[in-house]
Amino acid sequence: MNMSTRRIRAIVRKELREYRRNGSVVWAMAIIPLIFVIQPLVVVFALPASASNDLAHEHLLLYMLGIPALVPAVSAGYAVVGERQQGTLEPVLTTPVRRDEFLLGKALASLFPSTGVAYAVYAAFLACVGLFAHPAVAAALLRWPQILAQALFTPLLAAWSIWICLGISARSSDVRVAQQLGMLASLPAVVVTSLIAFNAIPVTLGLAVGIAAALLLLDGLGWRAMSATFNRERLVTGNR
Amino acid sequence: MHSHDGGKGAGPALVVRGLSKRFGDRVAFENVSFEINCGEVFGFLGPNGAGKTTTVRTLGTLIAPTSGTAMVAGFPLAPENGMEIRRRISIMPESPGLYLRLSVAENLECFADLYEVPDPGDRIDRALRAVKLTDRAQDTCGSLSKGLRQRVAMARALLSDPQVLFLDEPTAGLDPVAIRDVHELIDELRQRGVTIFLTTHRLEEAERLCDRVAILNTTLRTIGRPDELRDQLFAKTLAVRTIVPLRDPDRVFTGLPAVDGFREDGTAGYVLTVTDSAVAAPALTRALVAAGADVLSISESHRSLEDVYLELVESDEEAGRR
Repeated sequence: MNMSTRRIRAIVRKELREYRRNGSVVWAMAIIPLIFVIQPLVVVFALPASASNDLAHEHLLLYMLGIPALVPAVSAGYAVVGERQQGTLEPVLTTPVRRDEFLLGKALASLFPSTGVAYAVYAAFLACVGLFAHPAVAAALLRWPQILAQALFTPLLAAWSIWICLGISARSSDVRVAQQLGMLASLPAVVVTSLIAFNAIPVTLGLAVGIAAALLLLDGLGWRAMSATFNRERLVTGNR
Repeated sequence: MHSHDGGKGAGPALVVRGLSKRFGDRVAFENVSFEINCGEVFGFLGPNGAGKTTTVRTLGTLIAPTSGTAMVAGFPLAPENGMEIRRRISIMPESPGLYLRLSVAENLECFADLYEVPDPGDRIDRALRAVKLTDRAQDTCGSLSKGLRQRVAMARALLSDPQVLFLDEPTAGLDPVAIRDVHELIDELRQRGVTIFLTTHRLEEAERLCDRVAILNTTLRTIGRPDELRDQLFAKTLAVRTIVPLRDPDRVFTGLPAVDGFREDGTAGYVLTVTDSAVAAPALTRALVAAGADVLSISESHRSLEDVYLELVESDEEAGRR
């Protein structure tokens, strides 16, 4: 199937312009990462050097993978039902845009800001820990394998969350409900990353590669499932 | 905007045969058949809930028909042809559906890319010129009045230079000046050979703009030129008013050429049923003068499209009540 990059770009550009000028989306996308970063920072700054032994057995940085799991709920939750509410969905669906182009455009427009926000928050967190935490604590926290895992898992988790939230958005009739349900549906991913972060699930390289492969597969399946269930008639008429 | 190869008379732009759409038990429209020629302005009238918008959405490939067939811009209406059909048509829904946080130019830019139009900048300029909005290109759509938003939606519909343009209630809620502008634009598009499918509640609009009209009330009640429909539905009549009542109207009116009969209408009024006004009126005038009648007026009755519409829709309502 030939997809038009021009049409995908048109959707992405339009979405990004809309998000940027939509105060509620901007605020919600800013507040979620703050919740994830402020409390850990306060705790880390207060840790004495002796805590570094315990920290060495945990993977606290991975706790922040909750950001890419939850932030997309704001934008992806809005993506379809928001358009339907403001009456802009029908004109778009009457253009030659294919469903895969439409969905990919929506997903990318949600992925870019979500991963961008997540990486920016990680960078700020790492910088703060490096500068202000006790050096022994900083050394125990800032380990390259974890930073690498965080960088790798961020888009994978965000993409999974995006497909779930787009699916919810396409079946909702209210933006807030879609966003809240999207966050709820993304919570299992947050639970798993938190359990790994606090070493409740012992992590190995093999497990990490396995989870990454599974997420990659789920992301692909999520797209295919969304595409297969995408129905212009239902979106326009609201009939189930 | 340039005209299309298929001008008037170049074959049908839309062919609809026995098209029906049901949502569960509810019938949106049923067994609808018609043809629209290239370059024709076709009015689609009907009361609320008659199925007009659903018909537009079906022909625009947004909704799958339950049964029946259609050819839209030369392509059979089928899921596999959806994209090809959507390339060649444009739909302006009743609600403009603009991105209110984006500027006029940004809205049009997005749709120019979705239609993959060549030279989008030039196309956007021409569309804005056509709707007289060049000076508002950088304004956010949220800051525009309803009439201006409707014009932006019209510009968006023109971007792709469509072969068939569906306009769903394009003048709903507009002030008289904005309505006149939309009418002028439709006239211009007609000159360029664009086929226009116009759904409207405004019967005088349909009468003024449309080559033919169809009246839908779930099923297609009638189709034809507005004057044809009037002739089909209503007998032609001549109304005579005199200062004093005629002494023997029967003697005056009986036997006149092209006059089928008459009835009294008030104290000094008479309505004659005629087959041809051009033949009946001069003979009637001579007969009245010969009878020494003081004639106040002789006029041909004028039935509007509204009369046709009301006659059909009210007869449906009566049938529904029985």
